[in-house]
Formats: sequence, structure tokens, C-alpha cells
Amino acid sequence: MLAIKGIYAPYGIRRLNHGIGFNTAAIELLLPTYGEKLGLKGKVCTHFALNPHPTLIPTIEAGWVEQVHCFGSEVGMEDYVAARSDVFFTGPDGSLRSNRAFCQTAGLYACDMFIGSTLQIDLHGHSSAMTMNRIVGVGGAPNMGSDPRGRRHPREPWLKAGAEADPTSSAALRRGRKLVVQIGETFGEGNVPLFVEQLDAVELADKLGLELAPVMIYGDDVSHIVTEEGIANLLLCRDLDEREHAIRGVAGYTEIGRARDGKMVERLRERGVIRRPEDLGIDPLDADRRLLAARSIKDLMLASGGLYRPPSRFRDW
Amino acid sequence: MEKLNFKLKAPNAAGGTRAQAIVGVVASGNLEVLLERVLPGDDCTVDIATAAHGFGAVWQAVVGDFVARRAAGSLRISINDGGARPDMVALRLAQGVRLIEEPEA
Repeated sequence: MLAIKGIYAPYGIRRLNHGIGFNTAAIELLLPTYGEKLGLKGKVCTHFALNPHPTLIPTIEAGWVEQVHCFGSEVGMEDYVAARSDVFFTGPDGSLRSNRAFCQTAGLYACDMFIGSTLQIDLHGHSSAMTMNRIVGVGGAPNMGSDPRGRRHPREPWLKAGAEADPTSSAALRRGRKLVVQIGETFGEGNVPLFVEQLDAVELADKLGLELAPVMIYGDDVSHIVTEEGIANLLLCRDLDEREHAIRGVAGYTEIGRARDGKMVERLRERGVIRRPEDLGIDPLDADRRLLAARSIKDLMLASGGLYRPPSRFRDW
Repeated sequence: MEKLNFKLKAPNAAGGTRAQAIVGVVASGNLEVLLERVLPGDDCTVDIATAAHGFGAVWQAVVGDFVARRAAGSLRISINDGGARPDMVALRLAQGVRLIEEPEA
């Protein structure tokens, strides 16, 4: 809800890429309910560079999505994709025509925004999904979660973000910014904090003798960090100290969050660098599973008119 | 079971007229919050029974932010906690003061 009301709506994000995970899946499931309530249909999320996620079905069926170009496929979505060739790119036999290279290019130069989750964020905004006891692949995030510096066709969100980051330059010469958003709860599974002084990736690189730490997204590419405590707009930060406190200011009750300078965080909030749910008029009573357009795999199957065939391990019927 | 009690001054009095409200459930990672409008205007007490020991400082921080940010004056708040994370606690407290503002269902 924070992301939809505090980022998608004000920037008018129409072309985007979602990372994998519960947070972005929840956004997909909130668009036809919460997004509809905010009157955002047709104004945001019309074009996706995204695999055919089953969680996208209710949004597609509600008529929000004009086009989805896919990196690859998702098991069980074959019949649904064939039936919705108006939205997905398909061949004459109805099968999905995905193209990883084209999709990456679209993610870099056609998308207004990337939003995804991570496991660790440090005080510079660097994030990594590698921890000392969990070494994983990160898919497309290091590419999709970057702000490519090549010239591109201007779009409203790109220009607006550019103006926020650099308000003094002449508009005609100013470079825009792609929005790169990291979203997560301040505490993850097993009460592990999302915010850390130093990424495990740094220690890992040291241990393994790597030249580069396995950072997923560099801090200077990140435009916003969203947690349950609020949204930190890093584009509006003018120095490293502000940036650090914008991050501490949404880090909740993690050690990083509790070590904040309350006065500095309040000043950032007054400037709109930090926005809390109450600043955005988000009712805590709306934070309820009933607002999700589908609450089970079966709901998704039903929303697809029986065309989505979930793999047996996801079925409980 | 650890018991914690906080007595605070709340700058904003709770809205609405409802006598009490209850949100959440006692379950793993969740909590039940009962709010009763029984105290003078700017008083707020929070009594916590929690299954997780040794988190007094975090509770104090969560409860302190809650009374500063939300309208919690005149409320006696009782919490039965099943080891909820601080973000869940903050959400339930926020939901509680919103619910007590609502007209009786």
C-alpha cells in the first residue's frame, strides 16, 4: 500500500519490472483492490517487463495491463498465456515468446521503475541478497535494479525523479533517473534485521578472495527504500549524512533504526524525504489480508477461469 | 512469561467514543491488543504479557513512539503477545487506536 500510494501514484509508474518475492507479489494482488480504490487503473502498471507471474492474473483480468513482455516462463501459465495473447507476446500456436535479452533491454531503457526485495541493506543503501549462511543467485536484479546512464526517450517518472535528484541544473540538460526501489520488512525471517552496518557480502568477498563484493544493487542507483515504517526518498538527500538518516529513519526497531538522531529524522520527514503511512493517509485498518485480490493458489486458478494450472506441489485441493 | 508495564503521557487523546476495542490474535508472531477508554485525558498505560523474554528495551521504544505518533491518551492498553516482531506490534497498536475511533459496529 505504501509503495502504490507513495511511489506508483505520484510518479505515474506505467512501465515497470517487479522482482521476485512476497512484497512485489503483494503489490500485484493489491492493484485490483487497493489500486482500484485509489483510482489508479490505466494510470499505473500498464506495461510490465516480467515473467508471467500467476499473481498478475487478477490485475490482468481487471483490465489494468496492456502488455507484458517476459524474460522467461512460469510453470502452469501456458494455457492462460495462450488465452491472453492480447497481453502476452505469443507465437501462432499460442505459446509464449519470451526473450531474455530484449526483456533486459526493456528493463534498462524502457522501464520507469524496478522494485524488488533484498536481504541486507547498509547505511549507504547498498543491498545484497548474500549472507554468510545463504549464497544465492540474484537473477536479473543487478541489471534491472540499476539506473543506466545512456540517453533515452524521456518519460514523466524519469524526468520527475531526475529533477528531484538535481533540482538546480537546467531542465533541458538534466539527466533523468530511473526509479530503483528496494522494499522489505525491517525484520525478515527468524527476526534477522534487514538493515546492517556492513553487508555480509563484504566479509564474504574477503573470505573468498573476490575482487568485488557480491552486491546486488549499488546504493547510488537506489532511489527509494520502502519498509513498514515508511518510504525513504534517497533522491532528495543532499549529502551522505542525510542519506544515512533517511535510511535509519525507515529502519524501524533494528539496531540501525534505533541508533537514529530523532531530530534529524523529523527534519527529513518535514522535507518529504521520509514519508510515513500516516503522512500518506494510509489507514492501518486497511492492512488486512482481505484486501488481497487472491489469498490462495486456488483463488488464482479461479481468477484465471481455470486456465492457470498450478504445479501439484502448490495445490491443496 | 514476562510481564512489562509502562505508564506514559500521551499528547493526543484517543478519538471517537467507543469504550473499548480489540485487535489481533494470540498466535506465534502475532499479538492481541485490548484498548479501554478508562483513564484521564493524557494518560496511557500499557500492560504487556509476552512469551519472549528480554525485549524490554525494544518494547519501551515501540510503545514510546506509539504514544508520540498516534492518539493514545485516556487508553488502558493490555497486550497478550505471542512473540510478535516490533513491526507487527506497532501495526496492531496503530490499528487499535483506529478501531476505537470508529462508530460501534
